[in-house]
Amino acid sequence: MPWLPILIAVPAVGALGVSLLPKGSDKLAKQLTLAVSLVVLALTIAMATQFSAGSKERFQFAQTYDWIPAFGVHFGVGVDGIALVLIALSVILVPIVVLASWHDTDASPDGHAEARPKRSTKTYFALILALEAMMIGVFAATDVFLFYVFFEAMLIPMYFMIGSYGGPQRSYAAVKFLLYSLFGGLLMLVAVIATYVFQAVPQGGEKSFLFTELIGRIQDPATQKWLFLGFFIAFAVKAPLVPFHTWLPDAAAQAPAGAAVLLVGVLDKVGTYGMLRFCLELFPDAAKFFTPLVLVLSVVGIVYGAIVAIGQTDMKRLIAYTSISHFGFIALGVFAMTSDGGAGATLYMVNHGFSTGALFLIVGMLIWRRGSQFISDYGGVQKIAPLLAGAFLIAGLSGLALPGLSSFVSEFLVLIGSYTVYPVYAIIATLGVILAAIYILWMYQRTMNGPTAESVKGMADLNIREKWVVAPLLVLIIGLGFYPKPLLDVINPAVKQTLSTVGVSDPAPKVPAAAEQKGAGQ
Amino acid sequence: MTTHYLVLSALLFSIGAIGVLIRRNAIVVFMCVELMLNAANLALVAFARMHGNLDGQIIAFFVMVVAAAEVVVGLAIIVTIFRTRRSASVDDVNLLKY
Amino acid sequence: MTSLLAAAPAAEIAQASGGVLGLSWLMIALPLAGAAILLVGGRRTNSFGHLLGTAMSLASFVVAVLAFFELLGRTAEQRRVGVELFDFIPAGQLDVKMGLLIDPLSISFALLITGVGSLIHIYSIGYMSHDPDRRRFFSYLNLFVAAMLLLVLADNYVGLYIGWEGVGLASYLLIGFWQFKPSAAVAAKKAFIVNRVGDFGLAIGIFTLFATFGTVAYGPIFEHADKASTGILTAVGLLLLLGACGKSAQLPLQSWLLDAMEGPTPVSALIHAATMVTAGVYLITRSNPIFDGAPTAQLAVAIVGAATLLAGAIIGCAKDDIKKALAGSTMSQIGYMMLAAGLGPAGYAIAIAHLITHGFFKAGMFLGAGSVMHAMNDDVNMRKYGGLRKVMPITFITFGLGYLAIIGFPGFAGYFTKDLIIEAAFGQEGVRGYLLGGAALLGAAITAFYMSRLMFMTFFGEKRWDKDAHPHESPPVMTWPLILLAIGSVGGGAFLVLGDRFIHFLEPVVGKPENHHGFNPVAPVGLITLVLVAAGVALAWVMYGRRPVPVEAPRGSFLTVFARRDLYGDAINESLLMRPGQWLTRFAVFFDNRGVDGLVNGLAAGVGGTSGRLRRLQTGFARSYALSMFFGAAIVAGALLLVGNL
Repeated sequence: MPWLPILIAVPAVGALGVSLLPKGSDKLAKQLTLAVSLVVLALTIAMATQFSAGSKERFQFAQTYDWIPAFGVHFGVGVDGIALVLIALSVILVPIVVLASWHDTDASPDGHAEARPKRSTKTYFALILALEAMMIGVFAATDVFLFYVFFEAMLIPMYFMIGSYGGPQRSYAAVKFLLYSLFGGLLMLVAVIATYVFQAVPQGGEKSFLFTELIGRIQDPATQKWLFLGFFIAFAVKAPLVPFHTWLPDAAAQAPAGAAVLLVGVLDKVGTYGMLRFCLELFPDAAKFFTPLVLVLSVVGIVYGAIVAIGQTDMKRLIAYTSISHFGFIALGVFAMTSDGGAGATLYMVNHGFSTGALFLIVGMLIWRRGSQFISDYGGVQKIAPLLAGAFLIAGLSGLALPGLSSFVSEFLVLIGSYTVYPVYAIIATLGVILAAIYILWMYQRTMNGPTAESVKGMADLNIREKWVVAPLLVLIIGLGFYPKPLLDVINPAVKQTLSTVGVSDPAPKVPAAAEQKGAGQ
Repeated sequence: MTTHYLVLSALLFSIGAIGVLIRRNAIVVFMCVELMLNAANLALVAFARMHGNLDGQIIAFFVMVVAAAEVVVGLAIIVTIFRTRRSASVDDVNLLKY
Repeated sequence: MTSLLAAAPAAEIAQASGGVLGLSWLMIALPLAGAAILLVGGRRTNSFGHLLGTAMSLASFVVAVLAFFELLGRTAEQRRVGVELFDFIPAGQLDVKMGLLIDPLSISFALLITGVGSLIHIYSIGYMSHDPDRRRFFSYLNLFVAAMLLLVLADNYVGLYIGWEGVGLASYLLIGFWQFKPSAAVAAKKAFIVNRVGDFGLAIGIFTLFATFGTVAYGPIFEHADKASTGILTAVGLLLLLGACGKSAQLPLQSWLLDAMEGPTPVSALIHAATMVTAGVYLITRSNPIFDGAPTAQLAVAIVGAATLLAGAIIGCAKDDIKKALAGSTMSQIGYMMLAAGLGPAGYAIAIAHLITHGFFKAGMFLGAGSVMHAMNDDVNMRKYGGLRKVMPITFITFGLGYLAIIGFPGFAGYFTKDLIIEAAFGQEGVRGYLLGGAALLGAAITAFYMSRLMFMTFFGEKRWDKDAHPHESPPVMTWPLILLAIGSVGGGAFLVLGDRFIHFLEPVVGKPENHHGFNPVAPVGLITLVLVAAGVALAWVMYGRRPVPVEAPRGSFLTVFARRDLYGDAINESLLMRPGQWLTRFAVFFDNRGVDGLVNGLAAGVGGTSGRLRRLQTGFARSYALSMFFGAAIVAGALLLVGNL
């Protein structure tokens, strides 16, 4: 069964269907979108049950069709453990976002600081489905050209979601987002073409864009370095790493909450995913050469993002900056090039999607009630809306990687995996753990604690729909915090495969106590 | 022998170009453009004769078709502009600018 | 030294097969389930929330007791039992298997946590009866008990770390329980953040252990600890000490504990006196094979302990807030434990013994203070108390027994355990012994002074009550826990120390102390201690018992102000960390908006400005376009001719 083409096709067709609905059928559009996204989720779960973690194949469910034979371009899809968990992240977030965005296209209620007119509902939900198709495609692509196509095409729905449905400065933010991404994307296009041109074809082979065939074909060190940079800068803009980050706070602050979740939770992960998949495996020597640079960028990002987050007055901008800090962790784990760091980074991508997603959505609910993104406009909400505050606290604690919540496992793995090879960077990165406590708890204290502010009196607690939005995320955050094994079991072989392609192995402990114990135990 | 044709073509083209540059009346400018097109046609036909193949002649036919189409559209525009603005001067239609 | 190292982990960890030990995960699961039910159930569980919470804690206590007796039934060598639970983090090299380690050390803690914890649950039923959020309170208490048990029962450092931060979370939630008070919210946040600084050290210590040994499980690490270099062990030891300082409010991370008294009093008793704050002592005792290989780190532990025991005692002398005075005392007593733990094998068992007796008498006194506050309309100012012994006889007697225990009155719990610490400190070689012992001795005298001051100001003297205060004895649900804790304060020390019962019990974990020779009631050090304690009590009587206590606090000498302001701990934090931090944050935000983003926006503005000028070329005159086309064509033609390619 061609699982992945179906997974891409269902939301794409769904998007078309929703956009063709007659005018005035807003409710139907929402319900149809939700149904389609749930079908995609069910299909993904069905596919995941067929996935075999121990398989020797590089990609499972692989399907390859010729697309442009003259240039060796294929419609090639397939997943390994890394891609699978990221697809799972995307398809889980989409129905939640659909449910959370139920009223995002309505006119804003009276009394809000910024009055917004009613906007086309079916377009918005069709855009979400179109984006879902592209997100699945970008993670599933096994052809570098196809990856590039999805990578750039994803910008279009997101551009409209920010630009037409966002906050007061939406067009500034949308254009900034688009220009930044295009800048990186075009560099990547050059690198993609150059990869095709400069590949060393073995005897009897043909030039190809297929990822598995490109591995090891770029041998000239100088070429590797240039091409690495082309890919890496595109991914560093997308992820984003400092200093390419300033588009994210604007985009995330202006985007509607649901779009912000997809933007930060999934779209940005394409950057870190690309680093792990393409930068490392296609250009292993260049990756090793540039590792110090990337590590410095990551560590600076972790600390810098956290410090700037502390100083924010706007909740959505604050969360965006925390994400910049977290992307530093992911990049650190990817470029530590240890099995623990790699597994941690991959798990981090998933967990960050859930925890930041929850944080954005809950903040979105708060903002929907009061109409202001500024922390100073809130206070004492806990007394009025304890469920909202509790959900906010759990999501926030996950953001500061509290043990028992999912992001702890990944952050711990990233730090421990990088500490074994780069202790100094890991120690500086661990400072981010302290800073995280400051930005999250300070925001929580100023919004939720203290005497109840006049402006939040009469604020409603979570309604049924919002409970259904928040509950799955919190269950995932807590569940994966205590039992991350199912994900790690899928991720580990893929990370090992990646590292063996790069040709690195983990450092041996100085006093190998564990191995001896295993020997003694048998 | 063909050189004469080419010289004539160059002369016609230059006259047309200068006319386009210095005349204000849209109709005259238009005629000058036609003159340039036909100068190019002359050169094409002359070269075809010179090289002994038909490519140039074929292209000349294409040019004539395009020129005819252009006359239709262009004159229509000029007539419309003249009706609304009571003027056929190209300098008077400068609304399409920065 | 080497023989000791071999002695400590000699007992192999046996795997539990069936029995109560195999079910010991219930100890953690029960209170965790309680917390989950109460939090998820919401208002529906309001009516029975407090009962469920207490029942879960009691059930956990029952499991602990059963496990304890099953452990006692084994021979000393077999008292280290592992319980495998599940594969927690299987990654590349790191493979964390979650499991429990039931041994004399962890079961002692488990008994203390569940036992004292259950009493405090019961007490809270009465104390919080008027609070609309009582159910939430009990869910947090249960959460705390579960996390604390995970901390002490886990068989690896990651499990410990999870419990470690888990109790931090529970502490955060409970300090800020009355979150509508800004001071409580701020104190909760402060506690969490200061603890995170300590956790930073603990985390890096764990990373180093993993990088060195390739595992995070206690068993293999302790077995091979002697093979690692001293440098690594010292580094790990100091990092663990940083973690311990955060959680146990030792210098220099002490500042959060006094603010933490914003929480409800049962919280102060359970978390900030009896159990959580002693986690640092547990960490160091548990990691004894590492510290035994790192004398420098050990000395650092002892010095931190000695410094904190004096600092805490001095702070305790000046506070008029009864809870803050007790909090200073807690810092000081944990300083004693840290000092003992820093003495190596000679001190581990004593540290834990003092920890347990302290758990009893300090919890009892905090609950007693809560009972007093309950009677005095939640006023904490001791200057407005006085003469309460007649109206609150049970509180007075139980508090008094705790008081006698803490100052080390002969026969009471503190007498045995604290004297042993002082003695062991003097037992160190050379100047070190005199300095550490001297600090401990001086601390004992100051303890006697500030505790007597607290007693005199609260229970003796004339009434200085507010007009609307009508003190009364607390209901039985609150006094019974006081009575039970008082029994522990009286008999606990003698039970543990006489006959070296506890030292032998802990031997499989911490090893046999060198040249230890039982408890000697007439040792010279002990006699000197008694004299100093008597002097402290007498001084307090002269200052606060004989003379009337002014209701308004006098300005006091420099030393009093110094102590009242927590030895300027907050001022130092503020000027060294907070203000530069705020400045840094402001600068970073400015830099990000104007610097990084400014560069980008500047670029955009530059492009925009240039094109704004360039577009002026589009004049709208068709003939000027024709002219430029003409010139363009001419240039192209010229260029082609020049190159000669045509």
